[in-house]
Amino acid sequence: MTAVDPAPTRPPAVTGSDRPRLARHVRLAFDPTRQRHVLLHPETVVVLHGSGADILGLCDGRRTVAEIVDELGARYQVVPDDEVRRFLTRLAARRCVELVPADG
Amino acid sequence: MDSPFGLLAELTYRCPLACAYCSNPLNMADYSDELATHEWRRVLAEARDLGVLQCHLSGGEPLLRRDLVEIVAAAHDLGLYTNLVTSALGLSRERAEELRAAGLDHVQVSIQADEPAVSDRIAGTRSFRRKIEAMGVVRELGWPLTVNVVLHRQNIDRVADVLALAEDVGADRVELANTQYYGWAWRNRDALLPSRAQLEAAEVVVRAARERLRDRMDVIYVIPDYYSRYPKPCMGGWAARQLTVTPNGDVLPCPAAQSLPLPRASVREEPLERIWTGAPVMTAFRGTDWMPDPCRSCDRRELDFGGCRCQAFQLTGDAARTDPVCHLSPDHDLVARAVEAANAQSRDEDPRLVPRPHRVRALGD
Repeated sequence: MTAVDPAPTRPPAVTGSDRPRLARHVRLAFDPTRQRHVLLHPETVVVLHGSGADILGLCDGRRTVAEIVDELGARYQVVPDDEVRRFLTRLAARRCVELVPADG
Repeated sequence: MDSPFGLLAELTYRCPLACAYCSNPLNMADYSDELATHEWRRVLAEARDLGVLQCHLSGGEPLLRRDLVEIVAAAHDLGLYTNLVTSALGLSRERAEELRAAGLDHVQVSIQADEPAVSDRIAGTRSFRRKIEAMGVVRELGWPLTVNVVLHRQNIDRVADVLALAEDVGADRVELANTQYYGWAWRNRDALLPSRAQLEAAEVVVRAARERLRDRMDVIYVIPDYYSRYPKPCMGGWAARQLTVTPNGDVLPCPAAQSLPLPRASVREEPLERIWTGAPVMTAFRGTDWMPDPCRSCDRRELDFGGCRCQAFQLTGDAARTDPVCHLSPDHDLVARAVEAANAQSRDEDPRLVPRPHRVRALGD
């Protein structure tokens, strides 16, 4: 039960024109015990803080990262573009988020 | 103390396979008084209240429980992420459709090797073709598929073919887990422990496959701790993130912990919350206060938590010692000797594997 992964492959950084979506095996949910949104995955739970759940709620595979940043600013709060890209890059590295190619 | 994230629900230790690397306990007959459906419902609800978000349905073979669909539905209705860990024997299309409708989120199917003769020999029964068929059903019903393969001396040289098979069946993830030596695997350790040359060759293959498949398949590789410098961070710390409920309702920090000389705690006698917070089986090695040196003064004590308590107990007879896998452990020679034997040039034939039985009848049964 102890998945040790000494050298996972690092995917490239997420760009403004990528269209992110949740990976098929991942579910976004609200955890009443911790009062946090969480990402559920077969082996891990990612507890989301700050604007994480708002960002992921907009990751539908159609919107680009740039559009998500704009929409966040309009609907919830201004989140710096590079912060959103770093957050999604980290989740892509953990296979929680997939990127639909820019022209896809 | 934190809330647990995951519940490993070991529904039964009965199994159609007889793998010699199985980590189920040797005394399986002690677990034959299995929890009833209504007891599992209560356990799942108590686990959810405690903060559990993931439910791994395992065993033994969970499909042998006739009420599996009801158990999945109960977990799903509580909002748990449900993961079935199965040999896939008994996963007919009809049963699969029922499980899908009940809300099962993810399926992990084991194979023992990449081709029928070797896989069936290791499984102790004809099963390979049925597994491949079942994987097809999993994919057709739109489930994400993880293929689980336990690696050991008798199949690790085939890891390239195993990866090719996982790719062929359209797996989203493949978990290549080197054997951990508990239960039947501990009994068979000397026949299962690979040589250093075998491991090095396998790691080259795994690294190349990760690079090649990185957009298509997640390749997880669990390293063999006997060959590592530091111990594994077992379970993310004792009773820190996960808990296990055995077929008869015993609650443990991990399935192997049944072997430790700690008082039993059962969901039949106490609420899960009280067990998690206060039962000796949970508190015995929680945190870092229990640690002896070299762990106590080690910079890594919050990284690997002293390694595995069950392994320390198995090898030294004292669960509170540093995991002998660690090169800093005063007992490290116990591991070094096993590794040396696995690499001996003069090694005669491998010891014979002792298959785990499908079930063990209690005396007078």
